[in-house]
Amino acid sequence: MKLLFYEDIDHPDLNTLKVYEETGGYKSLRQALKMEPEDVLTELQASGVRGRGGAGFAMGKKVSFLPKGSMDKYLVCNADESEPGTFKDRELMQKNPHLLIEGMIIAAWAAGINRSFIYIRGEYVHQADILDAALAEAREEGYIGERILGSDHTLDIVVHRGAGAYICGEETALLDSLEGKRGNPRLKPPFPALQGLYKGPTLINNVETLMNVPHIVRMGGEAFAKIGTETSTGTKVVSVSGCVRRPGNYEIPLGIPSRELIYDLAGGPPEGRKVKAWFPGGSSAPVLPGTDEMLDLPYDFDSLAKAGSMLGSGAIIVIDDSIPIVDVALKTAKFYRHESCGKCTPCREGTNWTVKMLERIDSGEATPMDLDIMASVQEQIIGNCLCVLGDAMAMPIGSMIKHFREEFEAHIDARREENGLGAAIPQVNRGRHAGPGPMREPTGVDPTAAVA
Amino acid sequence: MAIDPSQVRRFAHGSRVPGWDDAVDLTKDPAVVPDPATTPVPEALRAEIEAHMAKYPDPRSASIPALHAVQRWHGWCSPTAIEQAACVMRLTPAYMTSVATFYDMFDTVPTGEHTIYVCTNISCSLMGADAVYAEMLEAAGGDPRFNVRGFECLGACDIAPMASVNGEYVGPLTGDDCKTIVGELLEGREVLPGKQLRKRPRADTLPMGEQGS
Repeated sequence: MKLLFYEDIDHPDLNTLKVYEETGGYKSLRQALKMEPEDVLTELQASGVRGRGGAGFAMGKKVSFLPKGSMDKYLVCNADESEPGTFKDRELMQKNPHLLIEGMIIAAWAAGINRSFIYIRGEYVHQADILDAALAEAREEGYIGERILGSDHTLDIVVHRGAGAYICGEETALLDSLEGKRGNPRLKPPFPALQGLYKGPTLINNVETLMNVPHIVRMGGEAFAKIGTETSTGTKVVSVSGCVRRPGNYEIPLGIPSRELIYDLAGGPPEGRKVKAWFPGGSSAPVLPGTDEMLDLPYDFDSLAKAGSMLGSGAIIVIDDSIPIVDVALKTAKFYRHESCGKCTPCREGTNWTVKMLERIDSGEATPMDLDIMASVQEQIIGNCLCVLGDAMAMPIGSMIKHFREEFEAHIDARREENGLGAAIPQVNRGRHAGPGPMREPTGVDPTAAVA
Repeated sequence: MAIDPSQVRRFAHGSRVPGWDDAVDLTKDPAVVPDPATTPVPEALRAEIEAHMAKYPDPRSASIPALHAVQRWHGWCSPTAIEQAACVMRLTPAYMTSVATFYDMFDTVPTGEHTIYVCTNISCSLMGADAVYAEMLEAAGGDPRFNVRGFECLGACDIAPMASVNGEYVGPLTGDDCKTIVGELLEGREVLPGKQLRKRPRADTLPMGEQGS
């Protein structure tokens, strides 16, 4: 099958306008400008392309939510790729910046937008420089500016460099940051499509989503929809990292078995090791165990959601059986504690307490009851904040406790032994915060006696 | 059990928490928007910040680019740097400080000129990033010219464990690479030319490595 992004990505100097035009670049733009904006929008909707940033919302639908008519509307490209395990946008922007620019011009045409921004994370110094150079070339050639290629379309694109904050990948925090404030998320609704940047209607899309736009225009929405599965159309650039022999970005049609990605493309875990668990969509996605059943799941939005996880940003992190799950949980929780903006209490305190409890487990002070308390903390974060940063910690940590409870318990016991504290006394937690699911009755202890 | 107050360890400012009230002098009035007549701003710096302000419908949007500019100029977001940015942008120093303290890449304490961010997030730590970070700290050996920091995911898990050295991504790193990086920075040479991310081709053209072992 012919791929969309990776076919020519290593073409020398593809990041320059000359080579990009030679490989067929900006043809889709000429084609789109000859069409009515409504017709471009129809193609986007027919393609069924879903957002590649994490939420998986249909892009065409998002564009159609923007009010019609002439007013200050904005297009923001979210290039703040900070999700642990994700590095697809970095490679795409570095090697093919003009595809992003072309996608943005077409998307802006479809939505009637005249000003746009690329919010790129501050750490991507090299990629931001490449984008700046590409924009200068495009401006020179008349692809950006007033009356693009003689049409009625006017667009300006500005590269805005962030300064290191995971939360700014969240769309409303990104807008605050772009307005020059601290990156705190906003209350939704109003959604950015109605009231976003500078209180104007704003379309926010991920880099890879916007890069699909020229391909959709070139192929036609219906042809694009034939790639992938019925509800997950198109290809996806998947970042595979962690315990694999060849980590990297791989472009696949959505819906191939996850095993193919982990084993055939990325080489699987090193000799003699097995996949213990894997994050299917960045560190915010609930982990899945490395069982055959899970590894055979088709890699698309709906199959992963049905299995209790999500495709997220399309980043697989593989954890092999030599890694203690408690270490992974602690790293994950510490990351979210550091990156929580502190606006909402459940997230600010929940991430902090989860780290403290995991540190207790690791230092041998915990009892198995702490697992129930920790699981209940996760339950109470989910859905109780302005944005999903807290949920993004609660879901993977909750899933680790669910799938690897025995290992957590063994870890607690082993560390207690090392500390000379002895095995934990079996306890029955009868409190209000007893945690989710059926209570685990300790073996050999009469639960009624424990109350008396 | 009674606590003997004389045994409670306190910092110089009387608190048990370090640095909580560092910048605050409660006897002073809050700083207002700096007066351009009495706040000298280097001409080139002013021009750079004003160019950023002109790019946005609302000039306030330029606060992050302005802080990047003053940080490059002064080496860190010093009170003088903050005041200069505030002066050009017509905002209060408190506002600029609130932005500067939110983002990880702004240093509000003096740091070394060579920035080394070692990624210590999940993917990198699965490949031994914590050991690399320790090696890097040791290689820099407390030299004030180096700003070595453990950093959250830098978005280059394909070359884990990795580091961003003055903005240049390098990896996969070994313990020995840390000494090489420090040496090359001191001599003003290009860091690890063979391990720079920008030269890496697409993954499926590479041979299967034994990474992860």
